[in-house]
Amino acid sequence: MADTRTRTPEPWLDPHAQAYIRVENVSKRFGSFVAVNNVSLKIYKGEIFCLLGGSGCGKTTLLRMLAGFEQPSAGAVYIDGQDMAGIPPYERPVNMMFQSYALFPHMSVAGNVAFGLEQEKIKRAEIDRRVAEILDIVKLGEYARRKPHQLSGGQRQRVALARALVKRPKLLLLDEPLGALDRKLREHTQFELLGIQEKLGVTFVVVTHDQEEAMTLSSRVGVMNRGEIVQVGTPRQIYEFPASRFVADFIGSVNLFEGQLTEDEQDHVRVKCEELSTPVYVDHGMSAPPLALCWVAVRPEKIVLGRERPAATDNWAHGTIHDIAYMGDMTVFVVKLDSGRQVRVTQANRTRKPEEQFVWDETVYLSWDASSPVVGTG
Amino acid sequence: MSGANGSRWRPGSRGPAKRTPGSQLTRPWEPLWQFFNRLRPARWSAYVRDHWIGKPLVTAVPMTWLVLFFMVPFIIVFGISFSQSVLAIPPYEELLGWTDDKVLQLRLHLSNYDYLFTDSLYASSYLYSLKVAAVSTCYCLLLGYPMAYGIARATTTRRNIYLMLIILPFWTSFLLRVYAWIGLLKGNGVINNVLMALGVIHEPITMMQTDFAVYIGIVYSYLPFMILPLYSNLEKHDRTLLEAAADLGSRPWKAFMRITLPLSVPGIVAGSLLVFIPAVGEYVIPSLLGRTDQLMIGRVLSDEFFENRDWPVASAVAIAMLILLVVPIMIFQRYQNRELAHK
Ligand SMILES: Nc1ncnc2c1ncn2[C@@H]1O[C@H](COP(=O)(O)OP(=O)(O)OP(=O)(O)O)[C@@H](O)[C@H]1O
Ligand SMILES: [Mg+2]
Repeated sequence: MADTRTRTPEPWLDPHAQAYIRVENVSKRFGSFVAVNNVSLKIYKGEIFCLLGGSGCGKTTLLRMLAGFEQPSAGAVYIDGQDMAGIPPYERPVNMMFQSYALFPHMSVAGNVAFGLEQEKIKRAEIDRRVAEILDIVKLGEYARRKPHQLSGGQRQRVALARALVKRPKLLLLDEPLGALDRKLREHTQFELLGIQEKLGVTFVVVTHDQEEAMTLSSRVGVMNRGEIVQVGTPRQIYEFPASRFVADFIGSVNLFEGQLTEDEQDHVRVKCEELSTPVYVDHGMSAPPLALCWVAVRPEKIVLGRERPAATDNWAHGTIHDIAYMGDMTVFVVKLDSGRQVRVTQANRTRKPEEQFVWDETVYLSWDASSPVVGTG
Repeated sequence: MSGANGSRWRPGSRGPAKRTPGSQLTRPWEPLWQFFNRLRPARWSAYVRDHWIGKPLVTAVPMTWLVLFFMVPFIIVFGISFSQSVLAIPPYEELLGWTDDKVLQLRLHLSNYDYLFTDSLYASSYLYSLKVAAVSTCYCLLLGYPMAYGIARATTTRRNIYLMLIILPFWTSFLLRVYAWIGLLKGNGVINNVLMALGVIHEPITMMQTDFAVYIGIVYSYLPFMILPLYSNLEKHDRTLLEAAADLGSRPWKAFMRITLPLSVPGIVAGSLLVFIPAVGEYVIPSLLGRTDQLMIGRVLSDEFFENRDWPVASAVAIAMLILLVVPIMIFQRYQNRELAHK
């Protein structure tokens, strides 16, 4: 899945690259409520940028400011170098797919999709051709004559997608584009999106609260919390190197421990955690005042379960297996440490031999590599 | 009623169709039931259809009302329209009567209807009524649409104030309000006096007894019936549709024409019929404000009834008017059904 991404260069690493969208210190207030708080972003041409965050964190509001439905209370939005202040939605080179789909109920599927093209000076035959083409892509060809209220939720979503795509905009804003699709269709559409993106060079900004979707689709992810962007990075960066406790906790599942920094060197840190049997040794440095309180995050899949006590003096803990959940491709163990703290561990089911499996109430040793934990003070 | 037969509530029961033959005796209201059943909207799901609590009660009330106050009077009037005027109380001949040699005789006089076609008074009154009603409806629509649109777009508090103001005139009697227009429109009325005082005109303008006065009266009186259904339609519109249209490159005016206007057609139809139908039969307004040389059909009907005491012809006029109005009423119902189907 990552292949499509890595093929595109990484313009955000190039200090001279021109951002296609620049969001500069944008805030949006509704009365006294701050929905978007001082957000700055640079999004480059051809990117699939995912805005990821919990419900109500301001993703839709930020998207609506890009589309021109809301004016920022402060700050400015530039698209293709042009200040968007005061430019109405119908003059922006942007199309949006609405979270509520906003299909025109009195028009057929084909009518909905054709609407955007009819606003341009395009010949009828050409319109029909493009509508048919895009309906084919979203697999709705045979539903062209139906009205939106005769479609299922997922079909409506695909109409909305087709309607936004058919205009071939420079920038496509998608608000929860694949939420109502089943897993198969969702994966299929994700790849379609990647294909379209590559073929047409469209820049996507995708809002989602589905992490997996963000991981699969995006070139970069912006994690939002309470109206602020808390971290921007590639899916890998966000997952492996979360910049804050919130991001670590929000993305994927994670075991978070409180601790105190006992060693802080150039090449390693050592953290003493009350809840773990041994200190946590991390093989990359950080800079914080000595003895500072900090958090340590260890992903469940990075923990190894064993029956033998590890020889090392760091990076292990002792506990009993409290719960086991078989998930097919992997098994989730909840291990109760001697301190009483419960820790999540996932193990890939590499073999089908039952005797190798851990069982309920078995005492185990948890260990992890020194490169695995993430330490932070934020 | 539905409680009488527990099997109706079993999941999967499809209502009347699947009943065992024996139960027919226990349910003497079955034919009535099936009749009501046919009135329900066709698009309802089988579940809602079959488990519609209070269905018989809910339909029985309006049905009884309609039977008592529409069907029965209609049948009486329809009967009278085939009768003959006589000097008696009531002033018409019974349709059924015994002849001297004890034969039960049904006498239907079609001459009343024939009369409507031969005397040009009726045709011209009908046409004039239709014209007045159509023109007034257009004015109501032109005036009412922007008002309804404005109200629907206003903030909630203002919206309630506006709606209140629209309904406020109903606190005063309709008749009084039409009389008030006489005071405004007549030769030495308020409008003429003000215009003369301002020097805009030197002679009073004749406004009374003109089509103009009738239009003013009808538009003024029926405007709320245009605004309210339009408002209730426009108010329900999803604003994200206009955002979507703008997003797809449509300017506000074009978005209005392509989205708002088509979606408000049911409201336009409802409002127009609520104005058009009573306007065709309007009696008070043309009598007080209108022309004396050209009567509207409501006036003709009342004259036949009260002045000529010719009940049969009056009844024929009424029936003809009804038939004339059945067409728009049916259009109305079709659109109502269509709007229901959209939800
Ligand atoms: N027009 C408005 N007036 C007042 N508050 C608003 C308005 N629009 C949004 N908000 C508030 O702003 C916050 C952010 O809303 P937004 O729609 O951007 O959330 P979101 O991140 O898209 O959430 P979700 O994932 O549930 O769609 C919410 O708390 C919401 O209540
Ligand atoms: Mg949202």
